[in-house]
Amino acid sequence: MFVLLTTLPLELLLGVRVWRRPVRLSLAVLPVVAVFVLWDLYAIQQQHWFFDPAQMTGVTFGSLPLEELLFFAVVPIAAVMTLEAVRVVRRWPVGDEPRDAGHAAAGRGAEQPDAAERGAAEWGAR
Amino acid sequence: MTYTQLALTGVVVVVVLDLLVLRVGLLRRVAFWVAYAIIVFFQLLTNGWLTGREIVTYNPDTALTSGDVVLLGDWRIAYAPVEDLMFGFAMIVLTLDLWVLWGRRGIGGGPYADGPWQRRRDAREARRAASRAAS
Repeated sequence: MFVLLTTLPLELLLGVRVWRRPVRLSLAVLPVVAVFVLWDLYAIQQQHWFFDPAQMTGVTFGSLPLEELLFFAVVPIAAVMTLEAVRVVRRWPVGDEPRDAGHAAAGRGAEQPDAAERGAAEWGAR
Repeated sequence: MTYTQLALTGVVVVVVLDLLVLRVGLLRRVAFWVAYAIIVFFQLLTNGWLTGREIVTYNPDTALTSGDVVLLGDWRIAYAPVEDLMFGFAMIVLTLDLWVLWGRRGIGGGPYADGPWQRRRDAREARRAASRAAS
């Protein structure tokens, strides 16, 4: 809850458009949830860590507590929000900037093979 | 494997994925490290809560810490074992690599933000450009 509440303003105030890109967000988060659920199940089975039943909801899927599942979804979402917020504020490139002109580097360097790199550089330079 | 070994493996795997396999190269981007610094601060807060209140406890046989829950030291930072930082790093790099990878493939668009912040700045820059053109 704490993580969701602190990152929600980023969506509304900065307009990072993370929640508004649900397909991309799901494709980024769900594989991570899968990998870390497996890690968690292994760690629980190997007794790497323990949960205090008195401070949990008690809802579990096999040996996996509900809280862990939520944690593995919420933390990646918050991470994406943070990266996008940094990008909105500082305009630093992260590597998915448009290859052809378009929004970021409108009309500049579309023909050159290194347009992507230049677009990214221009994006970052602003 | 112990938690320490798994956590180290996780870090190595995501570094190799980022730089050599997926070739997203986020680890070479300023934006990533600034975002990571912010994330780590909040990770220490939330993880500190979870471990400080002993909602989660760790087995000293599989981690570097000897088991006493201390604020700092004995391989703990903000009550949590250092392995948690590696675990979190692996999780964050994997997530953000996938996010950027799908963005590159054209899913969910590029670096566009359309909130009030962005609109105000676009308007400001348009005004500046217009006044430059006029002078």
